[in-house]
Amino acid sequence: MIITELKDIDEIYEMIEPYSKILIAGCDGCCQPPRSINEAKTLGQLLELKAKTQGKELKWKATTVLRQCDDRIAATTLRPLVEDYEAIVSLACGLGVVMLNKIFEDILTFPAQNSMFGGVENAGENNFIQYCEECGDCILAETGGICPRAGCAKHLSNGPCGGMVDGMCEVGDYTHPCAWVEIWKRLKKFDRLDLFKQYRPPRDWRTSTSPEYLEIYKDYTNEEEKEEVEG
Amino acid sequence: MSNRPAYSNLVKKIREGHFVFTGELEPKKILNLDEIIESAKEMKKTGKIVAANVTDGPQGDAYMCSMVPSYMIQEKADMEAVWQVTVRDRNRVALFADVLGASQLGIKNILTLTGDHTALGDHKKGRAVYDIDSTQFCDMLSIMIDEGTDLNGNELEGGKIEMNYGCVANPNSDPREPEILKVGRKVEQGIDFIQTQTSFEMDQAKEFLKELEQFNVPVLLGVFPLKSYGIAWYFDNYIPGVSVPKDLLKSLKKAEKDNKGDKKAKYAAIDKINIEFFEPFVKEIKKTTKAAGIHCMAVEYERLFDPLLRSFPEYVD
Repeated sequence: MIITELKDIDEIYEMIEPYSKILIAGCDGCCQPPRSINEAKTLGQLLELKAKTQGKELKWKATTVLRQCDDRIAATTLRPLVEDYEAIVSLACGLGVVMLNKIFEDILTFPAQNSMFGGVENAGENNFIQYCEECGDCILAETGGICPRAGCAKHLSNGPCGGMVDGMCEVGDYTHPCAWVEIWKRLKKFDRLDLFKQYRPPRDWRTSTSPEYLEIYKDYTNEEEKEEVEG
Repeated sequence: MSNRPAYSNLVKKIREGHFVFTGELEPKKILNLDEIIESAKEMKKTGKIVAANVTDGPQGDAYMCSMVPSYMIQEKADMEAVWQVTVRDRNRVALFADVLGASQLGIKNILTLTGDHTALGDHKKGRAVYDIDSTQFCDMLSIMIDEGTDLNGNELEGGKIEMNYGCVANPNSDPREPEILKVGRKVEQGIDFIQTQTSFEMDQAKEFLKELEQFNVPVLLGVFPLKSYGIAWYFDNYIPGVSVPKDLLKSLKKAEKDNKGDKKAKYAAIDKINIEFFEPFVKEIKKTTKAAGIHCMAVEYERLFDPLLRSFPEYVD
């Protein structure tokens, strides 16, 4: 899921300050914590209050979309509504914001959130963690299923570094475990320190440099299918 | 041990069998190098310090680069430099460029480091680079030195660079095994020497040196004389994994308190504490371990070298 964090209300208000009628769109997709219709309504109320303190009247409507990053779903859900409004505030991750700006070219969509990372919910500790940074060059087979690219603050391929103390990382004041110590523990458990010892050469950053594209039919279909697709 | 030639005096002296000493210089937010050069001259005078490390933005702080002071101490103080290079601030292109530049300036030793994260330094909002890690930097240096190419096999015009390089190891690391295995990866890449983080505990130092023996690479054990109680306290609290013995902290505090207002007496008392602690420490390491020498991180504390090393012979021209 995409872990997001709501921006400060003043920052959101500043974005929509020039407008008097806004559409607030939640997203029922993979955005966490949930940002659906209830959150959209709450945001509308907060912005209305904020506008009042500025001596302004703000009209707003809250709605939600199954997945804002799906162009068909987003278009069919919002098209009937947008023409009554001057701006959209999206409660999706950055993908949703970009998608709405692409679909609705004649109206600006503003982000109500900061998109933090792709992560998982660690319910036991009441937090979200980035376990994968979608680097495009998966090495989890060599690291016991623990990613040093997402888990190590220095993205080291051959850790640990000297900033590890008692198994914890210098970044974050020793509150987070050193990914390379976790990897070592895991591989040791399976008697696979051969994987730990091996040298990993410099990484190819091209797989994770923005902007990224993946031509869906190019790499993942056989020749026959390719011909079919390419006509 | 790598079988490349000894290009630096440091590696030459080690291979000749001398028990070597190196010092450390820390260029900070400075506009001129007078004090650094003066410190290097002081070290040179002892005849016992073969080379001086020049630090590269320790604790992630933005300081003067380490290359220019490395060059300047060689030029102005005839003190060989161990040019510290972290992979924190430069990608592989910039590291390659700097190594070529340093080679042209006659720098002969590189100490490869990961580097403290920018999150610890005084520009916390900065982006830390870490394009390649320190092991991969070792790989890159071996290729430049032994094969005369860049990482992609493109030849260097004029041959190969003539340098020796080392890596760091941390005797304080806990757990120890992943640290040792990491050093093993760097040995495979062809390091010429290992320099350790400081250790204040004899048993820990000996045990660590023993573990490093398997690599058959010369090791310089790090020691950190404590110039003041403030520095000792800072080191104890802020340097990853290092703890200063409580007795040492206590006696430094007492020495400063007892001699308040009398600078000379205070210095003498502090020097005495350091000599009493480190002289037997260094002697014991030399006598009982296979360490190739001592890296003495007496930053801005060169006056200690002479009395501390009084019982060791001169071996540097």
